[in-house]
Amino acid sequence: MTAGPPLIAFAHVGKSFDGGRVRAVDDVTLEVAEGEFLAIVGGSGSGKTTLLRLANRLIEADSGRVRVEGEDVKAVDPILLRRRIGYVFQSGGLFPHMSVADNIGITPKLLGTPANEISSRVDELLDLVRLDRGQHRDRFPHELSGGQRQRVGVARALAAKPRIVLMDEPFGALDPLTRDALGDDFRALHGKLGLTTVMITHDMTEAVLLADRVAVMRAGKLLAEGTPGDLAKSDDPYVGELLGTPRRQAERLAELLPKDGAA
Amino acid sequence: MSLLSDPRWGEALGHLPDYLGNHVRVSVIALALGLLVSLPLALIARNRPLLRGTLLGFASVVQTVPGLALLALFYPLLLALAALSLTWLGVSFSAFGFLPAVLALALYSMLPVLRNTITGLQGVDPAILEAAQGVGMTPRQSLFMVELPLALPVMMAGIRTAAVWVIGTATLSTPIGQTSLGNYIFAGLQTQNWVFVLFGCFAAAVLALVVDQLLALVETGIRNRSRVRTALGGIGVLALLAATLVPSMARPQSTYIVGAKTFTEQYVLAALMAQRLRAADLSASSREGLGSNVIFDALASNDIDVYVDYSGTLWANQFHRTDIKPRKELLADLKATLAQQKITLLGELGFENAYALVMPRKRAETLGIRSIADLASRAGTMSIAGDYEFFSRPEWAGLQKAYGLSFRAQRQMQPDFMYAAVASGEVDVIAGYTSDGLIAKYDLLLLDDTKHAIPPYDAIVLVSPKRGEDLALRAALSPLLGRIDIAAMREANLRASGNDASSSPDAVARWLWEKIGSK
Repeated sequence: MTAGPPLIAFAHVGKSFDGGRVRAVDDVTLEVAEGEFLAIVGGSGSGKTTLLRLANRLIEADSGRVRVEGEDVKAVDPILLRRRIGYVFQSGGLFPHMSVADNIGITPKLLGTPANEISSRVDELLDLVRLDRGQHRDRFPHELSGGQRQRVGVARALAAKPRIVLMDEPFGALDPLTRDALGDDFRALHGKLGLTTVMITHDMTEAVLLADRVAVMRAGKLLAEGTPGDLAKSDDPYVGELLGTPRRQAERLAELLPKDGAA
Repeated sequence: MSLLSDPRWGEALGHLPDYLGNHVRVSVIALALGLLVSLPLALIARNRPLLRGTLLGFASVVQTVPGLALLALFYPLLLALAALSLTWLGVSFSAFGFLPAVLALALYSMLPVLRNTITGLQGVDPAILEAAQGVGMTPRQSLFMVELPLALPVMMAGIRTAAVWVIGTATLSTPIGQTSLGNYIFAGLQTQNWVFVLFGCFAAAVLALVVDQLLALVETGIRNRSRVRTALGGIGVLALLAATLVPSMARPQSTYIVGAKTFTEQYVLAALMAQRLRAADLSASSREGLGSNVIFDALASNDIDVYVDYSGTLWANQFHRTDIKPRKELLADLKATLAQQKITLLGELGFENAYALVMPRKRAETLGIRSIADLASRAGTMSIAGDYEFFSRPEWAGLQKAYGLSFRAQRQMQPDFMYAAVASGEVDVIAGYTSDGLIAKYDLLLLDDTKHAIPPYDAIVLVSPKRGEDLALRAALSPLLGRIDIAAMREANLRASGNDASSSPDAVARWLWEKIGSK
């Protein structure tokens, strides 16, 4: 799966909070290749969100080096860095006082794109995330369902045509059906647009179903990484425990919902 | 006569364009200045806990200072600043009226604006702030594109509170020389013209309510993202400003300004002088309800042109003299002292309005009291009432010293109420005014000041430096000099303290002119 030079590279990265008492990220080395879909799985407090934010300098690393598109992020203006990386927030993170169109067009606007170009780009993106232009363009976030809001969040992240998209538990708060549909839609966009995606999730099933490669974190450390097949061979008990859930679910579902009806 | 057909309503309405226009003007400029200072301060302080605490603390302390005191404090402060600016920069400005009122009211408006702006900005969801950062906003873009728009409804609520406070407090700017709706209230209280008091309170309340509702419309418009509501509220505010400000700007400025202190006699005499000036085809208006310390400085700096003061008051309060001279000597001395400040003492009106210790005639006879010396031996069991300034005036210290006076209790009262209080026995003695009409009405006795502890208080007409050589003014006012005796003034004061249409200062002044003119 992995090909070409890494687009995002963490090398021995560390980050502490509360004056060193909490080691959120502890000596993590991880690479994401161009075109790859990486999922980082872990429980709360595992450091997965911190690791994601180190990539676009929402958080600064204490030690080690983070490189994006070959450049050390410390040497890049963080504002410009963030404008060229798409970011999807946990519950959308939409600006409540802006319409859907204004939310989607915000990064191009910050980049100084002319208004008419932004407008046609917004329509393009609404089509891409499968929202009706006429119906949703001028609505406000509070008038949308959770799934629609997250589709707008995805459209906003893609607006400035980034090569990289970072997603922080993007589908966590949605009902299972919406979640499934949105996951599939995004995976399709990832392929279609040639994106490089890093997605944070606490749900191993989602990670296994969507990602090319899965990294498992616990207490700030990277425990294991690889394709779902690689992970299945891991002898780490925590990784085994995490993989146990989807496996059990799959077995139970196969029993309960036989395809040929000959139970 | 029924309350509604009282012609004083019409008179009150006649003053409305002037009073309301000035009230709105001073309120709007004070509020604008308050916002101009508070908003940037709130932005600077919001992420600095120490500065934030200091600022909010300061604004809260300002809020606890009574409005009247805050306004009064700004007057001497600005007077000192004006003097400094004159010596250093050669530029003088008027410390009277508008400027101190605007500054004090602006200070008053700061707390709600500061507090709500800081609260509004701090109330923005951290997840939204993170999203603003995440999409690539600079801190400045985040502030203007996200934080301020989201905090705006809360900020608007603060601005609304500030506007209502400023409009209410602006009624208190009358004593420092700023015309406002407070003119109705102060004049009405002093001359017992309840129609004016009611009218003033009502007008101020309606103005505050209308502004509050219009700003509420803007606030809900912003909150619900309704452009129509926001625009309606904004247009309403602008229309209100235009409707109140234009008529007062269109009014011709009168050339001569007659000042009056805060009691009935002063309102009557100011009205009389204004009438005389107008009779001589000079345009004149009056600035009424000016504080005792404000009025002299206002004259000295040409903010008013003429007013009536009392020799003893100037002697003791303005020039801090503690020695007491015979009448003629004191007047001559005063005239020379005033001339040093280029103020002209035009002459005496013919009566004295001195402080005097007063008690009911019957009670005095029963107790065998005729003079202050007689009173002294019984004072230990008695209570005394005086106006708000009497007990801090040098005359009181002089009286206590000369007669060894020591009362069981002393109380401060609104001058108009103390005569009734002593007549009903609520207090035993009052420090009244010799020219007050109520002395005859309640059959009160003035106790003799055998030791001359109280200086003479001849009513004298003072003219500003600018008008010192103004012959037209002298010609118009000189028929009043030496013509108003104590009996005429007492009767005029009694008439003015009535509560009907013929008791307005204007009507009484006309009566007084007829009486002295026909002599």
